[in-house]
Amino acid sequence: MGVGIEVGNLNAWYGANHTLQDINLNIPANHATALIGPSGCGKSTFVRCLNRMHETNPVARVTGTVRIGDLDIYKDAKPVEIRRRVGMVFQRPNPFPTMSIYDNVAAGLKLNGYSNRRVLDEIVEQSLKDSALWDEVKDDLKKKSGASLSGGQQQRLCIARALAVDPEVLLMDEPASALDPVSTSKIEDLIFELKSQYTIVIVTHNMQQAARVAEKTGFFLNGRMVEFDSTHKIFTNPSDKRTEDYITGRFG
Amino acid sequence: MGTDGLATGLAILSTVLVVAPLVAIFVYLIYKGASSLSLGFFTQVPKPEGEPGGGMANAIVGSAVLLGLASLIGVPIGISGGIFLAEFGRGTKLANAVRFTADVLNGVPSIVMGIAVYSLIVYRQKHFSALSGGVALGIMMIPTVTRTTEEMLLMVPHSVREAALALGVPNWRSVLSITVKTASPGIITGCMLAFARVAGETAPLIFTALGNSNWSANLNEPIAALPLQIYTYAISPYDDLHRLAWAGALVLIALIVAAVSLVRFVTSRGVLKGAS
Repeated sequence: MGVGIEVGNLNAWYGANHTLQDINLNIPANHATALIGPSGCGKSTFVRCLNRMHETNPVARVTGTVRIGDLDIYKDAKPVEIRRRVGMVFQRPNPFPTMSIYDNVAAGLKLNGYSNRRVLDEIVEQSLKDSALWDEVKDDLKKKSGASLSGGQQQRLCIARALAVDPEVLLMDEPASALDPVSTSKIEDLIFELKSQYTIVIVTHNMQQAARVAEKTGFFLNGRMVEFDSTHKIFTNPSDKRTEDYITGRFG
Repeated sequence: MGTDGLATGLAILSTVLVVAPLVAIFVYLIYKGASSLSLGFFTQVPKPEGEPGGGMANAIVGSAVLLGLASLIGVPIGISGGIFLAEFGRGTKLANAVRFTADVLNGVPSIVMGIAVYSLIVYRQKHFSALSGGVALGIMMIPTVTRTTEEMLLMVPHSVREAALALGVPNWRSVLSITVKTASPGIITGCMLAFARVAGETAPLIFTALGNSNWSANLNEPIAALPLQIYTYAISPYDDLHRLAWAGALVLIALIVAAVSLVRFVTSRGVLKGAS
């Protein structure tokens, strides 16, 4: 099951660049939350702070608190433990190019030392079903490499790979921006399905997408969060002038 | 069409210029050496001077022993060094020092490598040996393997590393199981290049393996090697020995091609299958 996320006074830097300033936000469990805003507004940095991927860049620095469920991720746990609980899907599909479809999905478990063949088989099948890819690949699981799939299939493979380690939260950083409209709508359907089991945070450039999949939407601008509210309110009656200007297409 | 045609023409011309020397050498070797190839060449040891016949069986085996030894030393150390440069030591002073050392080592003349190993091993042990020859060739392999490993690892897309880290895989595990595996076709090419390069080396063996006109599989004794045998025959005054030298050169090149092709075949099957 998904858990809620509480963010308090989060600040982030890349070198001298103050990319996130005083973010406070409560993301509800088992819902999809969209983050919108123009390029460079800090929304990608923000999600990368939620699984501590941010700090894989040596010049990056973070202050503030992030609580995921009952875990204070910057105090109570190591990055590797957090990343097993907080899965991530990236902008461009990034399957492991030398691995079969099966091994891609099983990678997170295998690389963490899990080797029970029968359980792995079950988890791989379930994850591929949850990511709506099973029917398309079930005959080639170990024959085809992950890189041989189409872009949309690769992205669903990456979602299956993230689900296989049984996370509580799924972060998606513009998961459909490199995909065609049909693949995009498949991913959106999937987000709709998955939010009953996971807390989903999705960064998107596409405002219609945010409106379609998310109950809550946050608007980021210049490293600050301008407004956070129900998606319906953000798109029909935003409280902040800047949000209104952005969603009506006056900039960005 | 005009400029395109010109560019295509130049590309084709360059290709011919690159391939021509190799083909020429190969054809010339076959022309000069093929007639001296016989079963005896592959089964007999050299005959004393003046006697007809004799082969290079001991030199073929000796080269295999020396190259096996060299690969055992050069490949693991070289790959580890490359992993350090590209992954764990990136940007550190030690990594810069290692990279600089590898580049200098790559430029050290092979005869100097022979003398160095002579003074390190042969001089202390008071005798020439297969072991010292393998060490000399192995050290010569290290810089090539290290630098190609580094280059190949740096070519692995950042997104692939991120994918592994985002699954909660520790960095060291991600490097060894994902990055190195993804780069492995290139790393193998680097090892093959280094292997092929030292396979034909003569100079470092003169001071170390020395050569041997009889069978020897003892690592503590002098051992024969194809390049050494070719050299010995080529500077002799006898015509039939010259012909044997040509045949030896042909066999040497054929064996290198065979070894490289075999490794490529075996590893490419493994990588393409992608199964663990």
